[in-house]
Amino acid sequence: MANDIQAKAGEKPVFYLTEDHHPEASTNLGFWLYLMSDCLIFAVLFATHGVLGRNYAAGPSPADLFDLPLVAINTAMLLFSSITYGFAMLQMERNAKAETLFWLAVTGLFGAAFLGLELYEFAHLIHEGAGPTRSAFLSSFFTLVGTHGLHVTFGIVWLITLMVQVSRRGLIPENRRRLMCLSMFWHFLDVIWIGVFSFVYLMGTLG
Amino acid sequence: MSPHPHAPAQEDAANTHHGHGHEAGHGSLRGYMIGFGLSVILTAVPFILVMAGVFDSKLLTAFLVMALAVVQIIVHMVYFLHMSPRSEGGWTMMALLFTLVIVGITLAGSLWVMHHLNANMMPMSPEMMKNMP
Repeated sequence: MANDIQAKAGEKPVFYLTEDHHPEASTNLGFWLYLMSDCLIFAVLFATHGVLGRNYAAGPSPADLFDLPLVAINTAMLLFSSITYGFAMLQMERNAKAETLFWLAVTGLFGAAFLGLELYEFAHLIHEGAGPTRSAFLSSFFTLVGTHGLHVTFGIVWLITLMVQVSRRGLIPENRRRLMCLSMFWHFLDVIWIGVFSFVYLMGTLG
Repeated sequence: MSPHPHAPAQEDAANTHHGHGHEAGHGSLRGYMIGFGLSVILTAVPFILVMAGVFDSKLLTAFLVMALAVVQIIVHMVYFLHMSPRSEGGWTMMALLFTLVIVGITLAGSLWVMHHLNANMMPMSPEMMKNMP
């Protein structure tokens, strides 16, 4: 027994570091579950807007307020940011750090353009007296679109954080995992936006 | 790159493992471009339908807008989010289906119940609404 321990003490200890293996697969699933719970938040907000969307309280209706060309440009911005994030992921697969950072930056700019246009729209509506307190329709509109905008804002914060991380540490497995999560988050926000422009803007304008 | 002789082998192993773990995780350039092309069409068509007023029937336009939205969501799921029944051993698909069921109950249930509630309320004109406290 003592000899055995002696012999073992002499050997180089072997550690099994399984952390690298495990989170890789389960992180994706876990993050997907988070996105699904986020999806439920938006489902409730969509349902609220579906119920309250026609209650104008003798105030302005969507046809009076919405500027569809602006919404179309906004949609294009978000769609472009989705495809450029895809390009960033393809460059990450190729281990090209500079190109990954470039496409992430382009994605961030499109995201910022989207946010800028949305804030301009909100400011314009509030200036016209169609703020969130005007009617039930506008309350639910600002809540739904504002929640989406808030998600995009945090997505951009996350994007900038990851750009700093990648430029400092390179495309290490941890950063790849983080980029993968942000990729899912970013594309998910685009999916939600499809619902917003179809259900809120286009259906609202139809009346 | 690295002074350690075993480093390249380790990196290699990490890469092969990485590739294995993300088998269904990433798309190709072709996949992204197909998804993008389809999305552009599926976005442009509903906007044109509503902005140009192609159809006189509002009901038909509304139906087409929502149908195209559903198709575009599926396109995004497949080409951008790389959903497939095989990813993560089918668990992501399972979670997605469960979420869709809940979303369906939430949306349909809210609209149904609240519509009936509205229908049973006393009718109110905008003039009466203006004089409300």
